[in-house]
Amino acid sequence: MNCADILVAGVGGQGTLLASNILSEVGMRAGFDVKKSDVLGLSVRGGSVLSHVRWGHEVASPVVPRGSMNYLLAFEPLEALRGLHLMHRSAKVLCNAHPIPPVSVSSGDLAYPSIKSIEERLARETASVRFIEATKLAMDMGNPRVTNVIMLGAFSAHFEIDRRIWLDVVLAGVPEKHADLNGEAFQAGRDLLGKEKR
Amino acid sequence: MTKALLSGNEALARGAYEAGIQVATGYPGTPSSEILEAVARNYADDIYAEWSTNEKVAMDAAAGAAYSGRRSLVTTKQVGMNVLADSLFYAVYTGVEAGLVIVTADDPGMFSSQNEQDNRWYAKLAKIPLLEPCDSQESKDAIVLAIELSERFDTPVLVKTTMRVSHSKSVVELGERPKTPKDVAPFVRNQQKYVCTAMWAKKRHPVVEDRLIEMARYAETMEQNRVEMRDHSLGIITSGVTYAYVREVFPEASVLKLGMTYPLPQDLIRTFVEGVDRAVVVEELDPFLEEQILAMGLDVKGKEYFPPCDELIPDRLQAFSIEAGLMDAPADGDRIEIVDDLPPRTPVLCAGCPHRSTYYWLAGMQMPVAGDVGCYNLGCLPPFNAQHTMGCMGASIGVLHGMAIAGIPEKAVATIGDSTLFHSGLPALANMVHNRSSGVVIVMDNGTTAMTGHQDHPGTDWSLHDKPVPRIRIEPLVRAMGVQKVVPVDAFDMTAVKAGLDECLAFDGPSVLITEGPCVQVTKPNLAAYEVDLELCIACGTCFRLGCPAIVKSELVQESTGKRKAEIELTMCVGCDMCRQVCPTSAIRRPGEESTT
Repeated sequence: MNCADILVAGVGGQGTLLASNILSEVGMRAGFDVKKSDVLGLSVRGGSVLSHVRWGHEVASPVVPRGSMNYLLAFEPLEALRGLHLMHRSAKVLCNAHPIPPVSVSSGDLAYPSIKSIEERLARETASVRFIEATKLAMDMGNPRVTNVIMLGAFSAHFEIDRRIWLDVVLAGVPEKHADLNGEAFQAGRDLLGKEKR
Repeated sequence: MTKALLSGNEALARGAYEAGIQVATGYPGTPSSEILEAVARNYADDIYAEWSTNEKVAMDAAAGAAYSGRRSLVTTKQVGMNVLADSLFYAVYTGVEAGLVIVTADDPGMFSSQNEQDNRWYAKLAKIPLLEPCDSQESKDAIVLAIELSERFDTPVLVKTTMRVSHSKSVVELGERPKTPKDVAPFVRNQQKYVCTAMWAKKRHPVVEDRLIEMARYAETMEQNRVEMRDHSLGIITSGVTYAYVREVFPEASVLKLGMTYPLPQDLIRTFVEGVDRAVVVEELDPFLEEQILAMGLDVKGKEYFPPCDELIPDRLQAFSIEAGLMDAPADGDRIEIVDDLPPRTPVLCAGCPHRSTYYWLAGMQMPVAGDVGCYNLGCLPPFNAQHTMGCMGASIGVLHGMAIAGIPEKAVATIGDSTLFHSGLPALANMVHNRSSGVVIVMDNGTTAMTGHQDHPGTDWSLHDKPVPRIRIEPLVRAMGVQKVVPVDAFDMTAVKAGLDECLAFDGPSVLITEGPCVQVTKPNLAAYEVDLELCIACGTCFRLGCPAIVKSELVQESTGKRKAEIELTMCVGCDMCRQVCPTSAIRRPGEESTT
């Protein structure tokens, strides 16, 4: 098992905080010392959300120094680019391909970069980049809110941590009545990357 | 030993539980709000918790409970401390019958505050002990220690966190709650201690001074002030979360970690400084430690290297340290550059927000607007640009009065939320009535303290314990205060809001317009999205002036002007109806509704 410095990037309302809480709890149950820091601002009103999650033997700072993040879990492509400079060049990037245009684009005059150009930029700067259609898959499963759990399922495939730990923590963090759906969503995400690994 | 992953604020709440605290009060404010929320959620059976009307009231209530023999806690954000301070300062002279702790959550980096004040000065000014935890474990421990110190030295104790401590999570070992009294004894009648009338308070001042000397002696040996000797060439004196940053950036340096930063352990500091080749003080914001250490005649550097603005997170600490020659620049040269040409993602009023109608009209009328603290402060941003001052909680009404007595040549308005009105707006409104002022006070009543996470206030019919409580209604309240023109309107009725505003503006004297509409984050309406008839839309841009995130530019262009027509984002629209009301060509309609032309 590796130590990990993980950047979770997304937009307020996407469930990124739940995801970073789950990552922290998983790290602790897997035996790591864990620290996590969120930058929220007015994020609940649709702003950017960044969380730093650190798993290690003894973690000092909850804020990760620039250039030493080795995983980027991005819920939105534009926000992946916004956090890119924090990453180490050896970093692995997992990104949800579904864009959420900010108001400066949707009712303003600025342009949203093409998904292809974002993917290329990320690939140029880091070791590995994988875009997945998590939002689309979530909608197909009947609830866009499970996007974050699909992302976590996919992300979990990066680590040699018991699948049970992941699933227990995910299910403890979501409403009980949606447990089955979230369990399926987690597995669907995990399968997406599992296939990639084979 | 049970371990849990807690945020600093959750850990402070746990600390309250393990310290035997029985009363907790506060007023919401980022980054402090989650402390009381966690107390109410997790320890409701053991700790009475309430959102008080403002921080001063919270402090008085906690002091009164501590006088009555209950261990008590007050929580505030850094600027709330200014409101709380008047009441803190008498409690310093009186001391307590049971422990009294004040937690201030500061905001270096100004993630959600109007200033970057360093509340450590309050400890020095008030002459009380100050604890600065570094992480969640220390946050929990700090509350337990604070209660112990409070009772041992008969003083209120200040615990200071920052956003990074309060909102970061780390592992905490959980302990037990001590036995707490079910009933308290009759109130102690000790006038010479608890009545701060001059003749008695004068005798309490030497007690405060003597206490400080005793506490400084205690500071020399307490385990929370800790020397970690490593390489002797550099010694760093630090406290709070900056300790974590120092360990990240300078793993080899010797460190004096101060858990209690007032009063200071002078001998411990002197020995540490003399034992290293070069000593620096690393502290965020003001030179609070540095000035005191320099006054001891010791040779330390601090603010010469590390500026008083913003956080000292590892990247910044490292950059300033390289500049100061404290470390060599790492030979990376291969870091990833910031992608700086990205469209910004700024916060906006939510789709369905009741505040939108008010700012839509204010933007068009272009009169001076004195603003206040809450979500509605977003009215200062495009497309509204309709707020011209904002300083602190409750300031809007006083500033509006100031505009009036200055004699500005135009009518002006103040915008203030319901929770903020109760917090500190009411005295200013009384002042407007009493001094025959003029101007329109718009109370934007969304029925909650929305921005900090939807807490209750005296205008709501529920409380932190979720029990039904009587609701103070704003309309009869302001009428009773002598406001002669009071106009309540439905915030979602565009015409009514405009008519109400005009009616108030025409009135000679202070007037109150109450725009009533519940916060959309509370009601979470599940209505179907509206639609734009693209044939009727003439791309006039009127609906865009509502600044609604659900109204977006479509690909279709109006040929005569080259402007893009409007479209409604299905997943965001909650059907509040405001855009339909302002559309001049009736191009926007409810789902399934035929167009009217």
